[in-house]
Amino acid sequence: MITAGADVGSKTVKVVILKDGKIAGKGIAIAGLEAEGAWENAWADALKEAGISRNDINKTVATGARLKEVKGFDEEMSMVTADAMAMHKLNPEIKTVLDVGAEEGRAIKVDKDGKVSDFAVNEKCAAGAGAFMEAMSRAMQVSIEQFGEEALKSTANLPINAQCAVFAESEVVSLVHEETPRPDICKAVCDGVSDRLASMARRVVVEPKVAFVGGAAKGMGLRRSLKEALELTEVYFPDDIEFVAAYGCALKAAE
Amino acid sequence: MAEEEKKEFWRWTETNWANKDIDWRKGKTITGGVDVGSVSSQAVIMVDGQLYASANTRTGYNSPQSAVNVMNWALEATDGMKLEDIKFTVGTGYGRVKVPFSNKAITEIACHARGANYMYGPSVRTVMDMGGQDLKAIRTDDKGKVLNFLMNEKCAAGTGRGMEVIADLLQVPIVEVGERSFDVDKEPPPVSTTCVLFAKAEMLGLLKKGYSVNQALAAYCSAMSYRVFTMIREVDVVEDFVITGGIAKNRGIVERLEGHLGLKSLKTEVDYQLAGAIGAALFGRVLYEKQK
Repeated sequence: MITAGADVGSKTVKVVILKDGKIAGKGIAIAGLEAEGAWENAWADALKEAGISRNDINKTVATGARLKEVKGFDEEMSMVTADAMAMHKLNPEIKTVLDVGAEEGRAIKVDKDGKVSDFAVNEKCAAGAGAFMEAMSRAMQVSIEQFGEEALKSTANLPINAQCAVFAESEVVSLVHEETPRPDICKAVCDGVSDRLASMARRVVVEPKVAFVGGAAKGMGLRRSLKEALELTEVYFPDDIEFVAAYGCALKAAE
Repeated sequence: MAEEEKKEFWRWTETNWANKDIDWRKGKTITGGVDVGSVSSQAVIMVDGQLYASANTRTGYNSPQSAVNVMNWALEATDGMKLEDIKFTVGTGYGRVKVPFSNKAITEIACHARGANYMYGPSVRTVMDMGGQDLKAIRTDDKGKVLNFLMNEKCAAGTGRGMEVIADLLQVPIVEVGERSFDVDKEPPPVSTTCVLFAKAEMLGLLKKGYSVNQALAAYCSAMSYRVFTMIREVDVVEDFVITGGIAKNRGIVERLEGHLGLKSLKTEVDYQLAGAIGAALFGRVLYEKQK
């Protein structure tokens, strides 16, 4: 059986194609102002990799903050359930999943059967989401990829007092003007985002093993800061870290 | 530098002023008030409890220097007054402890309540101050004494700084935002009411979809006024109700907020941004008389 899962996120669209339980194709595209074009592009890449056409797919399940902007799926599911389902399949020992997206953060508790037992979501505020880091990387004129690498060079503990991305931007600009070393500022930003994520995660009680997923969790600087903020010794980072929710959808479609 | 040549749409008018009808040399007690906010700084000079001179500027990187600059600018408007002629100066606002020439620092909550009492009269019971980086709602008595207050300083949604970000995004001079937000056929639904960054991203999408700049402004003003409404209703807003701070000059927010609250705010001729500094100067008078 061939199924597909799609995650129409606030920044990117991800599509995963599953053939007899194995990932046969993946596609990701930046959504920008309109999700529709990215939806088509992500599909095209995934189908090409799988070497099939859209008609070969038996069922498609989709999720994501911008799902209402696209058409062409059979069923929808919540992001929280999709994450839980995918992580349980990838590693059944995972009890807590932290998903850091562009505009949302989620902390999900997964039970021994892969069901969601509790969760917390922040989708109201950029503090604690990828958008915060992106705004700071723009203010500092450092690419988002480079941002994490820069942060890793620092061991300083510089506080960013502002939680709000708008206020934090002024603070970061002041730090740049004061000629604070760039790695120290990048680390301070990663620490700030992690603190917000950690306080959200504590609402569901973080139990090992813990997995970090989502596009923002690709950043090495954020990974380190978040691990420290939650006082974790071990964290599981799945391959294809931004495809986790889409994979969960594809699994659901195969049921 | 290219950065500096860029037009600054957020920039509002900076002013200084003096009441030429007052001869300060005949005054008994001359006091000063300086409100160093996170975004703007104001200085006022009062002669026997009457507003004589004022200045309103942008706060620079250096708070103490901003305090000195704004007071000097107020003095420039006067008929030859020198800093030494001011008997007692009170600092307030975010940078209140860093006013080099002040005799005392008092919180902006107390100063705004006292200042609003002077500006609008003793009937004021609720003062909402919409500052550069915070929002305050203060309940007061007929003497301008604080009974209760709440404050948001954690988030840019509902503050002047958030509005500046949007003015810059849409390239609309900030003083035109209010007027233009009403120049639409139909009020559009609000954008994100909780986060300026999300609202910004959402507005770019709306423009792409064919929204006019004025419609986008209306969607933001609508979001911001609702946000402010949900925050300030926690203090049981009663009349007379007044709005101070820079956003009080923005019809787009004020009138939409009045709609949500179901009541009108009082208006005054005095610059709405001066409330904190006026309150500070009035406290200065009391403190000066006490120490004599």
